[in-house]
Amino acid sequence: MDSSEKTRLQHFLDRRETQKWLVVVTFSLVPMALLVTFTYLPFLKMIQFSFYKMRYVGPRTFIGLKNYHDVFTRTDTIAALLNSFYYMGAGVIQLSLSLYFATVLSFKIRAGNFFKATLFFPFLVCGIAMGFIFRYFYTRGMVLDSVLGLIGFDKASLPFWLRERSINNYSIAATSIWRYMGQSMVLFIGAIQSISPEFYEAAEIDGANRFQQFIHIILPMLKPIVTLNVLLMVKGSFSAFEGPYVITNGMNGTATFVVMMHQLAHEAGKVGLASAMAIVLLAIILLGTLAQKVIYRLIVGEKREAML
Amino acid sequence: MRAKRLSPVRALTYATLILAAFISLLPLVTVLLASFKGVKEFGVSGALDLPNSWLYLDNYITAWTKAKMPLAFYNTAVILLFTLLGSVITGTMVAYVLNRFTFKGRGLIKGAFLLANLIPGVTMQVSTYQIMTSLGLVNSIPGIVLLYTGTDIIAIYIFLQFFESIPRSLDEAAFIDGASYFTIFFKVLFPLIKPAIITVLILKGVATYKEYYLANLYLQSKTRYVTISTSLYTFTGEYGNQYNYICAGVMITIIPALIAFLFLQRYIYSGIARGAVKE
Repeated sequence: MDSSEKTRLQHFLDRRETQKWLVVVTFSLVPMALLVTFTYLPFLKMIQFSFYKMRYVGPRTFIGLKNYHDVFTRTDTIAALLNSFYYMGAGVIQLSLSLYFATVLSFKIRAGNFFKATLFFPFLVCGIAMGFIFRYFYTRGMVLDSVLGLIGFDKASLPFWLRERSINNYSIAATSIWRYMGQSMVLFIGAIQSISPEFYEAAEIDGANRFQQFIHIILPMLKPIVTLNVLLMVKGSFSAFEGPYVITNGMNGTATFVVMMHQLAHEAGKVGLASAMAIVLLAIILLGTLAQKVIYRLIVGEKREAML
Repeated sequence: MRAKRLSPVRALTYATLILAAFISLLPLVTVLLASFKGVKEFGVSGALDLPNSWLYLDNYITAWTKAKMPLAFYNTAVILLFTLLGSVITGTMVAYVLNRFTFKGRGLIKGAFLLANLIPGVTMQVSTYQIMTSLGLVNSIPGIVLLYTGTDIIAIYIFLQFFESIPRSLDEAAFIDGASYFTIFFKVLFPLIKPAIITVLILKGVATYKEYYLANLYLQSKTRYVTISTSLYTFTGEYGNQYNYICAGVMITIIPALIAFLFLQRYIYSGIARGAVKE
């Protein structure tokens, strides 16, 4: 390679525009390929599948909108969708408790680190272990029954926590409080700590007590993050999955929408119906997100950009 | 603290904390108790009774071998290593490109990533399963690593936000000094985004360690591709309701998380606090 050519090549490579495109293409090629393969391609396929009666292998028949019709008329899918409300209720309790404990633990308190760690740790327990922990916990005569027996309940009159349809959804939704309360608590503690201490000092000089400080300083400051988490919680309730999946595998009326979707696709071989359910769920979530943007703007105001 | 009397409000506060800590620990501690009881002992003792001996390790030995724990630990370590590596590399690259350059299609690409974040991953498995099958990625460690890496939008969010806080004048100065964009990325910016990398490592590390559904769905051969989170699967059939073994198995999967938590507590808290905001 003679020198003039080399400098020309060098010059070309040094050019901003060339370099820019080189970087843009090489850096986004792999991530884009992954995004398309694992998110958008499945999404398109799911739309396609939802119009067919099909399994993963073998012949498929086009049936138009029948799957969608089924989603809204089958009693089991409707029941599964309604189960979301148990998780929404649990979510409200979870966020209230985490807000309370975050506030309490943000002030000086004895053994604060111990309490924080103890309340947070369940978040780190892995999926199926959680399933076994709570199967054991709720089994007749085991942990919960023993504790309730200690405080005077008649053991024989206690229900089968995971089997009886009047109670089992509460039992499972409660485990999601156990598991996620600490996570949102840590989140809120982080937000509270980012509030400048001057606010509290000023409030204390003015004679405000802890409760007043909470109402007038902490709550307004946390409004954006609390609002965001409430909306995320609603979204999460519709796609609640792991609890009922690992604890009861959706038996005895505990299947949530996503658990049912999984079972239809991977166990009953009704891939088309499952796809239609997924599309319906995504539509709900998308609508929810749009509503969220509007609500977020109304509550938090225009100046903070909604983080989606 | 005899000098200072506890005010009723403060006493009530402690009471709620102690009750919450009790509820938090009860399911875990009772599992610990059961894990030290023999089959017979488990049958006759109550769930809240202490075990006869804290040195009775038979359950652990059985669980360790039956659930193929050594292999599970190895597989999880490999999956974690490559998933974290992949997430940091791809996440920083995309965020750098999207944050530092204006080009045709930038808005579209950014929108595509952010929109993907709305979709709960578990919903997509109905059709992703078919794609994974046709790509031959079922029962394959690289397959699950690709899936974990490729659906990690939260990392991109975090890196995007972090790049936003690094002044562009830094890039400009380096560029004028003759550095290429590649050099700027690797030598100038990469060291600066260390806090964001730690956040992503924590969030992704925790999520990958805990993840059960995808691991169970795509690593079907439980003899070869068992992970820590799927290792206990073996107890669903054969051991059914033998909770003394199951509880020992549960403890084995909890111990690594506990150790990591004790050492990385501060990082885990700040990672959670930073990461979940932008979910």
